[in-house]
Amino acid sequence: MSTTAVSESANGRVVVRPTAITISPARALVKASLARGYVEVLQFFRSRDAVVFTLALPVVLLALLASILSGHVQGTNVTYSQVYVTGLLAGGLASTSFLNLGVSITNERENGGLKRLAGTPMPRAAYFLGKVVVVLVTSVLEVAVLMVFGHFLYGVHFPTSLGRWWTFLWVTLLGGAAMTLVGIAASSIPKSARSAAAVLNLPFLVLEFISGVFVPYTQLSRTMLDIAGIFPLRWMAEGYRSALLPSFVQRSEIGHHWDHSEMALVMGIWCVVGLALAIKTFRWTDRREG
Amino acid sequence: MEAQTTRVAVAARAALGHAVGMAAELVIETEGLHKRYGAVSAVDGLDLNMQRGEVLSLLGPNGAGKTTTVEILEGYRKRDGGVARVLGEDPQRGGEAWRARRGVVLQSCEDVVDLTVLECVRHFSQFYPAPANPEDVIERVGLTAKKNARIRSLSGGQRRRLDVALGIVGQPELLFLDEPTTGFDPEARRSFWDLVRDLAREGASILLTTHYLDEAEALADRVAVINHGRLVETGPPDELGGRRDRQAKVSWLGPNGPEEEWTHEPTRLVMQLHASFGSEVPGLAVARPSLEDIYLELIGAPKLKEGSYE
Repeated sequence: MSTTAVSESANGRVVVRPTAITISPARALVKASLARGYVEVLQFFRSRDAVVFTLALPVVLLALLASILSGHVQGTNVTYSQVYVTGLLAGGLASTSFLNLGVSITNERENGGLKRLAGTPMPRAAYFLGKVVVVLVTSVLEVAVLMVFGHFLYGVHFPTSLGRWWTFLWVTLLGGAAMTLVGIAASSIPKSARSAAAVLNLPFLVLEFISGVFVPYTQLSRTMLDIAGIFPLRWMAEGYRSALLPSFVQRSEIGHHWDHSEMALVMGIWCVVGLALAIKTFRWTDRREG
Repeated sequence: MEAQTTRVAVAARAALGHAVGMAAELVIETEGLHKRYGAVSAVDGLDLNMQRGEVLSLLGPNGAGKTTTVEILEGYRKRDGGVARVLGEDPQRGGEAWRARRGVVLQSCEDVVDLTVLECVRHFSQFYPAPANPEDVIERVGLTAKKNARIRSLSGGQRRRLDVALGIVGQPELLFLDEPTTGFDPEARRSFWDLVRDLAREGASILLTTHYLDEAEALADRVAVINHGRLVETGPPDELGGRRDRQAKVSWLGPNGPEEEWTHEPTRLVMQLHASFGSEVPGLAVARPSLEDIYLELIGAPKLKEGSYE
């Protein structure tokens, strides 16, 4: 089989080029996704200040919040500091997925990075899979850092059974997936990269607040928790409590028990909603370009 | 002139093609191309063809519809009407295999600044089925000395060369160059022109959008002038607008100071001058209207009269 073709162009230049080399779409997707994931992670670690501050933020918040509110969840020996560890695990995960993606994609859209990628034969899905890789890596780091601090400073135990490890794992993956997809969709909302952080921070902070990240869920009104119950973050926080805090704590929840199927359902629905919104709203070029 | 011999070759090849019944292959074909933004027609019935192997330069004032046209052809924008075929396919439906056959050099952007030049070119090469060697591509655009430097540290001109490297690393049959030398110093422009000529010699078809008329004249086999979303005129740079047949301005230094005369027969005038001076004519110059003169006339800038252009 010949691997090159010779043709003559209009002006007499003889063109020798490889005949169409075909790679199976699946292989092309895997190759491109790995390339994207590698470059995304590489770029994340290259901006060292971003790494330090991303990982430090939830830890610093944890230390501050835990120092303000002392005491125990009513009728238990579980400290509010320990509740904060679970809340900030959820908040930190949402921040590395939703907030970071929302802002970084808005940026790439404005600076032309997305347009350039869209001009290459990169399978479009590879871009999103690359984002999933970088979110996974940063989330695992953030969760690990928080767990280490939570364990040594505030006495939060690592999951005590296989079942609890499983809960910890799927809450992280499913919650992270939902917030990633919603973050991709949300990247279309800000009008410019400069406004992205401001635009996305307000709803995100409100959501963190009513989902029990900054204020323990036991101190929030029923209405707030019900509103927060529409979104995945409250259920992620509850999921982490169910994986890390003693079982009797569940009596303090509004439903008085940890319902894993309900948590999974809400997170799952947001995966679907986020995916649909992301597909519908995603733009590879800046809308302001004439 | 190099451009001249190329055009002769085009003509010869076209004639030969006719003789053996070979149709010249078009890499770009548009017919009645339309694109509206609200009430404004950015592209208003554009007919444009481009042959394989051709270097075609698209000229036109800002707002003439150049960028929109190019973005439709690149596959970035959807047209509202008309026909467009690029490399035999409808660009707005072109899939990954089609995208692999054309390269796009965009106006400079600021992404991936934390990668090195080599990492970046290698990364983009991974999307193509038959990429060039990334190190070779970096060499071609003259960035070898910078290959391990972070993109953040590159100068504007160096970043522009990186943009070009990313556009050609997939070895495209058809290359879109969008104002490639904006911000280059004269030396960098010359070396960039050499690169474009090399790519053309290797058989790439190149659609060049530029504001620099000397660039179009130096590189293009043919220019197409666009205004108000339509094709105004197309032809080789030295024939555009009947440029060759215009009056020439003959100027020289007479006994009473500089003199000039407009004529269709500059040779005769020069011979007369030679005879009357009996020796070398001081300060002699013979000039035809520049491509810029013709271009300005075509886009309806204040009309030039024969004998008025500089």
